[in-house]
Amino acid sequence: MRAVITVVGHDTVGILARVSAECAAHKINVEEVTQSILRDMFAMIMMVDIAQSDIPFTQFAENLEAIGKDMGLAIHAMHEDLFNAMHTI
Amino acid sequence: MLNAHDILETIQMIEEENLDVRTITMGISLLDCCHSDIDVTCQRIYDKITRYAKDLVKTGETIEREYGIPIINKRISVTPIAMILASCEHRDAVKIAKTLERAAVTCGVNFLGGFSALVQKGFGPGDKELIEAIPQALAETEHICSSVNIGSTKTGINMDAVKLMGQTVRKAAELTADKGCIGPAKLVVFCNAPEDNPFMAGAFHGAGEPDCVINVGVSGPGVVRAALAKAGDCDLTAVADLIKKTAFKITRMGQLVATEASRRLGVPFGIVDLSLAPTPAVGDSVAYILEEMGLECCGCHGTTAALALLNDAVKKGGVMASSHVGGLSGAFIPVTEDAGMIEASRAGGLTIQKLEAMTAVCSVGLDMINIPGDTPAEVISAIIADEAAIGMVNSKTTAVRVIPAIGMSVGDELSFGGLLGGGPVMPLSTYSPAKFINRGGRIPAPMQSLKN
Repeated sequence: MRAVITVVGHDTVGILARVSAECAAHKINVEEVTQSILRDMFAMIMMVDIAQSDIPFTQFAENLEAIGKDMGLAIHAMHEDLFNAMHTI
Repeated sequence: MLNAHDILETIQMIEEENLDVRTITMGISLLDCCHSDIDVTCQRIYDKITRYAKDLVKTGETIEREYGIPIINKRISVTPIAMILASCEHRDAVKIAKTLERAAVTCGVNFLGGFSALVQKGFGPGDKELIEAIPQALAETEHICSSVNIGSTKTGINMDAVKLMGQTVRKAAELTADKGCIGPAKLVVFCNAPEDNPFMAGAFHGAGEPDCVINVGVSGPGVVRAALAKAGDCDLTAVADLIKKTAFKITRMGQLVATEASRRLGVPFGIVDLSLAPTPAVGDSVAYILEEMGLECCGCHGTTAALALLNDAVKKGGVMASSHVGGLSGAFIPVTEDAGMIEASRAGGLTIQKLEAMTAVCSVGLDMINIPGDTPAEVISAIIADEAAIGMVNSKTTAVRVIPAIGMSVGDELSFGGLLGGGPVMPLSTYSPAKFINRGGRIPAPMQSLKN
């Protein structure tokens, strides 16, 4: 089962490190990382595998949200299904 | 394979353009709760609703968090209560309304619909008792919504019921005058009412529905408007195409939520209602979509055509995105719930006459309109009759939800707060239709051929 983590905000030092540390702490494997610019804002997208995760996904999403607040960024972790549903026929 | 653009588009829709699932509505049949003793009936109703819907809110919230999609409302619709009331020897409809209220509070839902009667051809047992109890039931409960179907394309219009409903709407406002006339905001009068509508205040669980079902209503006027703004100056063929594509994405999200909710609750999936339902939040307005298309103010000449295009494109895009489509499906135009319509009516750009024309091509009808507090019941009945006639002749659902603002006159502002919003009192014709309404009887069903 895969999820998508998106990080949107001003680019600062250590974003990737903190998000991937949170993933590693809960046995969540990072499969792919891409970066892009959205309306002059930094946007990072991570595809992660949550099959082996040791905490419920909603808890993981809340943890990331808290990290985001701490760093002044918007971080979302959402099921891959949502994006597939909306963008593929 | 997903690409970054698609992912960020979804995030932007949710974060900035108010994309949400408007409601997950659980439909519950109460037909097996009938008993000649009303106390037994009430106990059965409470037990069944709280048993079936005990996990509804929790499940909705879990899906919301896992998928990151805001799900604004979790609601319940039940069998039209007039049908249940018919079985009771002592037909105290208010008692059932209070039972429903208790069940709604226990389940934690924000509305429960189905305090309803279907009287398009005439009054059956329980119907008149229920309709007479509506004003008191709405005044003494907070979460209960009521609807009455007074006409259909196949049966014509029951003008005796139309007359009665004009009085009922007025009385519902009078009994809640101290609470901002909230009563009639929870009461819809329908022609061609759908039996699987998940949206309030008109939701009820039709007699042809299964025991329990999950229906989902999507939303997203802000997303459609943002897509049009990005598209810039293109012709209307391209506008229609863009709305279809956007509606497809919105509906796919609704379908996903509906399937998940149905699986997790172990309840069959019913329908997705493909609707553009506005909220008073700026950026979540249907009027703004019409203005984005090129109208200076919603309500000016050209509004009906723009709305027709919008309504049709939403359906075309949504139909392919969902396995079962139903409910009201289309663009809603509730005046007090739509920031753009509130502005337009304050500026005098949007009138009730234009709104009536718009209802011929939108998904519902005259919705959430504040009218002067001294409006006679016959005038409200005549508004209902006009609207029902549009629905009957055009084989579509139409509805009336007007709020007589007791003690207020044209230009005064009546506010309900929350999703119901607020807005100015709009002027009506002051000539009297009383003699026409007092004739009663039925308007015969219309021809379905020789369409001109």
